[in-house]
Amino acid sequence: MRTIIFRTIAPYLTALMVLFSVFVLLRGHNDPGGGFIGGLIAASALAIFGIACGVASVRRAIYFHPMGIAAFGLFLAALAGMLSFFKAQAFMTSQWLIFDLFDVEVALSTPMVFDIGVYLVVVGAIGSIALALEEREID
Amino acid sequence: MTPAVIDDTTLLAVLAPFAAAVVAPALTRWFKHNAAWPLALVPALIFLHFTGFIGPVSEGETFVAAKAWAPSYGVNFSVYVDGLSTLFALLISGIGTLIILYAGGYMKGHAQQGRFFSFLFLFMGSMLGLVLGNNLISLFIFWELTSVTSFLLIGFDNLRAASRRAALQALLVTGGGGLALLAAFILIISATGEIEMSVLLGSPDIIKDTGLYLPIFILVLGGAFTKSAQFPFHFWLPNAMEAPTPVSAYLHSATMVKAGVYLLMRMHPLLGDTVLWTTVLPLFGGVTLLVGTLLAVRQTDLKLMLAYTTVASLGLLVMLTGTSNEKALEGAVLYLLAHSLFKGGLFMVAGTIDHEAGTRDVTKLGGLRSAMPITFAAACLAALSMAGLPPFIGFIAKEVLYYGTWGWPGAGLAVTLTAVAGNALMLVIAAAVALKPFLGLKVETPKHAHEGPVLLIAGPVVLALTGLVLALMAHTTGELFVGPTLSSLTGEFTHVELHLLPTSVNAPLILSLITIGLGIVLFTQLDRLRGLIAAVLEAIGWGPDKGFDQFVSGVVGFSGRFSRLVQTGKMQTYMIVIFVFTAIAVLLPGYLTGSFPAMPEMPKYRFYEWGILFIAVLGLIAVLIAKTRLTAIVSLGIQGFAVALIFMMFGAPDLSFTQFMVETLSVVILALVMTRLNLMPSDHRAAPAALLTGIVACAVGLGLTLTLLAITQQPFDTRLSDFFAQFSRSIAHGRNIVNVIIVDFRGFDTLGEIAVVVLAGLCVLALIRVRTKPDKTVEASTTDAVQAQASEAR
Repeated sequence: MRTIIFRTIAPYLTALMVLFSVFVLLRGHNDPGGGFIGGLIAASALAIFGIACGVASVRRAIYFHPMGIAAFGLFLAALAGMLSFFKAQAFMTSQWLIFDLFDVEVALSTPMVFDIGVYLVVVGAIGSIALALEEREID
Repeated sequence: MTPAVIDDTTLLAVLAPFAAAVVAPALTRWFKHNAAWPLALVPALIFLHFTGFIGPVSEGETFVAAKAWAPSYGVNFSVYVDGLSTLFALLISGIGTLIILYAGGYMKGHAQQGRFFSFLFLFMGSMLGLVLGNNLISLFIFWELTSVTSFLLIGFDNLRAASRRAALQALLVTGGGGLALLAAFILIISATGEIEMSVLLGSPDIIKDTGLYLPIFILVLGGAFTKSAQFPFHFWLPNAMEAPTPVSAYLHSATMVKAGVYLLMRMHPLLGDTVLWTTVLPLFGGVTLLVGTLLAVRQTDLKLMLAYTTVASLGLLVMLTGTSNEKALEGAVLYLLAHSLFKGGLFMVAGTIDHEAGTRDVTKLGGLRSAMPITFAAACLAALSMAGLPPFIGFIAKEVLYYGTWGWPGAGLAVTLTAVAGNALMLVIAAAVALKPFLGLKVETPKHAHEGPVLLIAGPVVLALTGLVLALMAHTTGELFVGPTLSSLTGEFTHVELHLLPTSVNAPLILSLITIGLGIVLFTQLDRLRGLIAAVLEAIGWGPDKGFDQFVSGVVGFSGRFSRLVQTGKMQTYMIVIFVFTAIAVLLPGYLTGSFPAMPEMPKYRFYEWGILFIAVLGLIAVLIAKTRLTAIVSLGIQGFAVALIFMMFGAPDLSFTQFMVETLSVVILALVMTRLNLMPSDHRAAPAALLTGIVACAVGLGLTLTLLAITQQPFDTRLSDFFAQFSRSIAHGRNIVNVIIVDFRGFDTLGEIAVVVLAGLCVLALIRVRTKPDKTVEASTTDAVQAQASEAR
């Protein structure tokens, strides 16, 4: 699998895919996309990078253990749901902050944070399975 | 009398030890063992708080305080202060103060001393919550918390296997009993509709009138007998002596093991004075008393001797409570008070001897009186109380209880004789514990013995002197402590008159003299008695302790065999079982009701739709005829992509998008799994096996198809989709309904799903990393297989 062409292209491809996954994640609320699909794209990006350049370099590149990323995503998603407590509303009642920045409408919301959590969970969990499988020699 | 409502200070007093548990480790880091001094202030203040109740309670008043906890279930955090709970609260906080100080000296220099203090405080809070608990559910929670903290404390020395076993045993026995208690409480709540103890006690016949008396009685005994170590559940208590001595003195003599007795006393107005009660309790209590004392005589370890006499004393208390005779109940209350004082003290003495001399084997100790004079004095005072000699509280207790049993119209004689025999043996142990280590010739001990520091001797001295003072002020003791407690047991205000010395020569005095005489005779024959009991036990050979091990290994063995039966470890079996049941689930309802969907009319497809369907079928055919497994996996992917295209064309871009990604990743991951598993590249199954899987696959496919057809032929209910279409934009600020449903409308489901994804990821990681155990046979078979493969390759 580690042909020179694949190895040369893989980093660019991975970078593009991760960028695209973030784009898919963020547009999800209004157009096809969302955290789950974005996460799957990013996970396949990691898998491709791992096949091309070795698992060690992927682990170096993402710095955190993928399972840690997944756990953080779960934490973030749960936390997003708790923000409504400050307004004495039920768990996961969505909170919105919409304002104009340089004449562009920006909408920050707890569902978005929640979706980022979903994204991280999928990247972390699927990514870590893929990477673990790609590691030929364990230990 | 209806209880008066008081402010929340008493609730805070229950919670204070939990707060102390939090700060204890930090304090211990700063002040080392001297942290015991500031920490002991917490129980001391609680003690002070409860002394404020002595006066009003002795006049027959009761108090309640409550905070709502889960109001929709009627669960409150509530306390009920009456004579019984005041006595217990005073014992827990008073002895707790001394124990914290003692633990400061005993665990001095131990690396985990802070944690030890923490556990002790957690226990103290749980125990206070238990004895003051008014709400049945919160009482149960504190009851189980004492089991859990006891587990932590027994297993404190967690590097030793014996500690771990003893801790687990105590948890299983007392925790199991706790479940029985929960069942009892739920029965009480559902039968009477009341959840507060104070309300139940207000109408004493409420449980007897429900018709559920028998099951409630049995379940309450299940909780009380396990907690208070009644025969045949007594075995966990001596094993619990693996705990550091402060724990033995506090939990396993003075407080926690009395929780069962507390419960029986507390429920006495509700459950007591029935034929069942006055038969079962004296029987179990009496047997426990005799078994406990006899087993105590057999021991040579100071702590074990004391532990078995604790079992015996708990038996005596249950026996007395079981008579439902007012005078005997008074004896029980007095003995409870006396026992907590002298046994706590003697345990601390045993710990001090162990700490200073390096052993607590009574046959290896002697002549310590000159080296440890204060400890000796405290031991003597406590032992005199235990032996039931004047002028100590133990003596008064014995007089009163003899008076009660002798005058009991039930099986008075049998109970009295049991009590005499038990008390005589108790005297033997008291003498052995207090005299043997200190008198006689000086014996060389592992450590050079000298008097312990003030932290170690404060506890036993104070407790022993309290036993003396309470006896000297017999009249006040009766009025302030025994009378109010007895009132809680009988359910009506009772006045108690106590005298230090008997006013006339009566039956109890003669029984006392017989007890003392018998005890002295037996003490001179101690070694012979010990040999005799050891021989008898040897002959029996089996005990509940062994039985516990057999039970546990039986349960473990059974679950192992059962798991192997269900979990064969063969993937193919699992898959076939799963799909066979799926097929049954989708086909059976249609077959039973005979309502299979009608075949719909063939719609007109466009040519590219035909094309995509053709690709899907082609993928499936490729899977079936594929030579290698890898080809089959990729072909399956082709079919998946075709389906994704269909989704796309029929207006489900999100679904199609996800399907594409899932298919891609499945192919990648399955291919990786294939390379990892070292499977044969192609599938070599015999024809029958292939036929079986083929039939199952067709059945599932047919079933799902029929189900889908049936669903689409139903009129479509548009309420949900209308709702989402209407409100997705206005409420959730999103145009993509699918995404809005996932992250907002049904976000809680998604939260659960991503939690499952994380867990599944962890499990897969663990599976990938799993190694075969370094078991000889497994290793041999794998090397064989590897060699076989290698030779095949050659």
